[in-house]
Amino acid sequence: MSIDLSQFHQVFFEESFEGLEVMESSLMELDPNAVDGEIINSIFRAAHSIKGGSATFGFDVVADFTHVLETLLDEIRDGKRGITQDGIDLFLRAVDCLRELLSQLQQGDEPETEVAQELKQAFEAILRDSDGGSGGDAGAAAGPAEPASASEQSDAAAAETRWHVYFRPGTDTLRTGNDPMRMLRELAALGDIALAPVVDALPSFSALEPECCYLAWEISLSGAIEKEQIEEIFEWVADESEIRISAQAPAAAAAHRWSIAFRPGADMLRTGNEPVRMLRELADLGELRVEVQAQQLPAFAQLEPERAYLGWQMTLVTEVEKSRIEEVFEWVVDESELSITAAQGTAAEGTAAEPAAREPAAAPQAVKAVEAAAAPKPAAKPKPKPKAAGGGEANKKPVETSSIRVGIDKVDNLINMVGELVITQSMLGQLGNDFEIGRLPNLLEGLTQLEHNTRELQESVMRIRMLPISFAFSRFPRMVRDLSRRLNKKMDIALSGEQTELDKTVMEKIGDPLVHLVRNAVDHGIELPEERIASGKPEEGRIMLNAYHQGGNVVIEIVDDGRGLNRERILSKAVDKGLISERDAGSLADEQVYDMIFHPGFSTAKEVSDVSGRGVGMDVVKRNILALNGSVEISSKAGEGSKITIRLPLTLAILDGQLVRVGSHTYIFPLVSIIESLQCKSSLVNQVAGGCDVFQLRNEYVPIIRLYDVFSIEPDSRNLDDSLMVVVECDGEKVGVVIDDLLAQQQVVIKSLEQNYQKVEGISGATILGDGTVALILDIPGIVKIAGVRHHDDNRVSSLAQSHSELMMASASA
Amino acid sequence: MAKILAVDDSASMRQMVSFTLKGAGHDVVEASDGVEALNKAQSGAVDLVISDVNMPNMDGITLISKLRQLPNYKFTPMLMLTTESSSDKKSAGKAAGATGWIVKPFNPDQLLATIKKVL
Repeated sequence: MSIDLSQFHQVFFEESFEGLEVMESSLMELDPNAVDGEIINSIFRAAHSIKGGSATFGFDVVADFTHVLETLLDEIRDGKRGITQDGIDLFLRAVDCLRELLSQLQQGDEPETEVAQELKQAFEAILRDSDGGSGGDAGAAAGPAEPASASEQSDAAAAETRWHVYFRPGTDTLRTGNDPMRMLRELAALGDIALAPVVDALPSFSALEPECCYLAWEISLSGAIEKEQIEEIFEWVADESEIRISAQAPAAAAAHRWSIAFRPGADMLRTGNEPVRMLRELADLGELRVEVQAQQLPAFAQLEPERAYLGWQMTLVTEVEKSRIEEVFEWVVDESELSITAAQGTAAEGTAAEPAAREPAAAPQAVKAVEAAAAPKPAAKPKPKPKAAGGGEANKKPVETSSIRVGIDKVDNLINMVGELVITQSMLGQLGNDFEIGRLPNLLEGLTQLEHNTRELQESVMRIRMLPISFAFSRFPRMVRDLSRRLNKKMDIALSGEQTELDKTVMEKIGDPLVHLVRNAVDHGIELPEERIASGKPEEGRIMLNAYHQGGNVVIEIVDDGRGLNRERILSKAVDKGLISERDAGSLADEQVYDMIFHPGFSTAKEVSDVSGRGVGMDVVKRNILALNGSVEISSKAGEGSKITIRLPLTLAILDGQLVRVGSHTYIFPLVSIIESLQCKSSLVNQVAGGCDVFQLRNEYVPIIRLYDVFSIEPDSRNLDDSLMVVVECDGEKVGVVIDDLLAQQQVVIKSLEQNYQKVEGISGATILGDGTVALILDIPGIVKIAGVRHHDDNRVSSLAQSHSELMMASASA
Repeated sequence: MAKILAVDDSASMRQMVSFTLKGAGHDVVEASDGVEALNKAQSGAVDLVISDVNMPNMDGITLISKLRQLPNYKFTPMLMLTTESSSDKKSAGKAAGATGWIVKPFNPDQLLATIKKVL
């Protein structure tokens, strides 16, 4: 029976990655000065499982590597050696390395083993270094030795040998669940067996304990058998049993073919002799064919159950002497009819003549046993490579279809909701059957309930895609630890709100930006210990990652107590890069200054380190967050630290929207982007240079965009006094969008335009409203861009921010 | 066919063992640690126990010694899955009453060949 092991690979990878995470977090917790046994144990278990699995599924690279890890961990666990901070670092690197190896294997690639080799040598060096290493060395030596002996075994397997085995099981053998009978049966499967029990230790009947073993056996066994195969059978009981295995002269006798006629005496059963047992014994001597002779069987009515009526005609092909066959019948020969004669022809002829009859007999079984014992071991070495490649091919597709694990409570909740929905449905159905106007309140109530059910159901379904943000946060303690050691800084990281849930897709996309921001905080934010002490702060810096829900958003904060952003340095850099003019520099608000670090190619680090500071990244961070419909802002205080706040929508599939009308069209604003809505007053609108209208909103000036202009549609009125204005936030600035009317607020399900049609500038998606019409969801930055381009067509300065800052100056000078 | 209790904390190993045994016509009960295995063994008699050694909550050796104390499991074969051919683990297992062991890594055929020894 062959089983395709690759079907278990996916599960193996998943659990291995989980195991690695456990190892990593446990390693982080580990304090070299006070080793906690339970922590070491869980690290060990994870390594142990990965090793066992990878060896079983043929990932030898991983298995070899983990073996060394495991040996070392075992010794630490047993208290044979301590662990140092450097040791923990090494283990952490090993975790990374394993993760890398496993993901390469998962992709079906040939793993790169250089790092693994290097680390393995480092671990082996540790193992060799101290006295505790003896166990490990033995293990390592045993590893390579195994295939060698296995191949010897298969080379020599052809030779025919005759073995003499003496086997006396320990008296308690039965109590361990081992049964000598089974071992004897297994021996019989190896080749031709003849055995005689040794009863010398058998106590008197009254002293006999049924749970003890008293018998021993003298066994002679011949066939193409290796000593190892015999030893293997007794492997589990070798310690408590007396076992002697010695080779005898090779079996000289060629196989004979015996014809045996046996008719037991009628009273034989009454002597405790059992003909079937004799036949079985004969079968053990060689290949036996049996024909029953039932002529003397009486009519059923006359049949006495205790008498033997049957006779047998047998053909036995065996190497044993006639005397050995006679021995079988020794106790009954007097009262039975027995004839044993040598049949014509050699054994070989017989085998050829009746191959079909022989098929299920002992010989093939013996061959099979040899195969089973010998084949897998030599095969183990060359197998893994093609296997890994083949498994990879088969696995390539499943890798891409990702799965999520959902807590059973969420599913239960969902089922519960559906149940309620069904109840509401049946209630409404009943109401519809015999409806009269007097029951209208009931109908309305039912509809309200339906709405309630639907919304809850929707929330529950969405929650299935939600994962706790700890999935994204979990890597940071490790990262901060590694970075701080590399940069010679001291710091601590605190996580809070790890259970805050976030859509899986959002989670995947926010991971990299978060990594970048945390790196920046470690590298640029937190100062060196001396510097911190000098400025009166605790030596150890602190980074806090915080997540919580706010409205329909998830807010993630990255707070450090480092040196804060340096306004002057950012400004001078911005001026150098030509992002702003020196003249403007003084008038910018802090927020605007800090926002500049999100410009492409902007880095204020004095020297570029390998941690961060190449100036690529912050712009990408911002772009990624915006692409998720989120926002990012920085606040900072020189000398006290910075705080970066990221706001993300809970999900990408559903949006809280504000429906608005322009002419006959309905559009949707994402509710999160709206600051306020108000009545336009043309008296508050001014025109500034560049053709942009601005609206005086209290003491601010806000550029105006007319939606009907952007989309070239016909509004109810072009008179601003008849219109409404929605003030939205775009890139940290306010923009007023002129519309005809505000409609309802509702949750809308986002349908992608790109998938169903094509990308449209200024539109982020579409949705289907209750009445079946399609409404477009506005992409605010897109609209601002379109409007900006139109307004500045002449001089091609296409940034709204430009007109905004002009405006600021105009208002300042006014 | 026989009813076999397969105990391993690693899902992939457990699945592999279980799939192999089911393929050979056996009835398989799975458990992911010693505690679960002990419960399942007590609630229904099994003919063979195959257990990993290193597991959370209750390890394989403790499991075997607890099972052995139950009258139903006095003679039931119990095999441990070990990675090492390390003799102290084996002797600890034997002392607890294990029938035998299967050394990891093993393939499905080896597993079937081994359980034939005890069933």
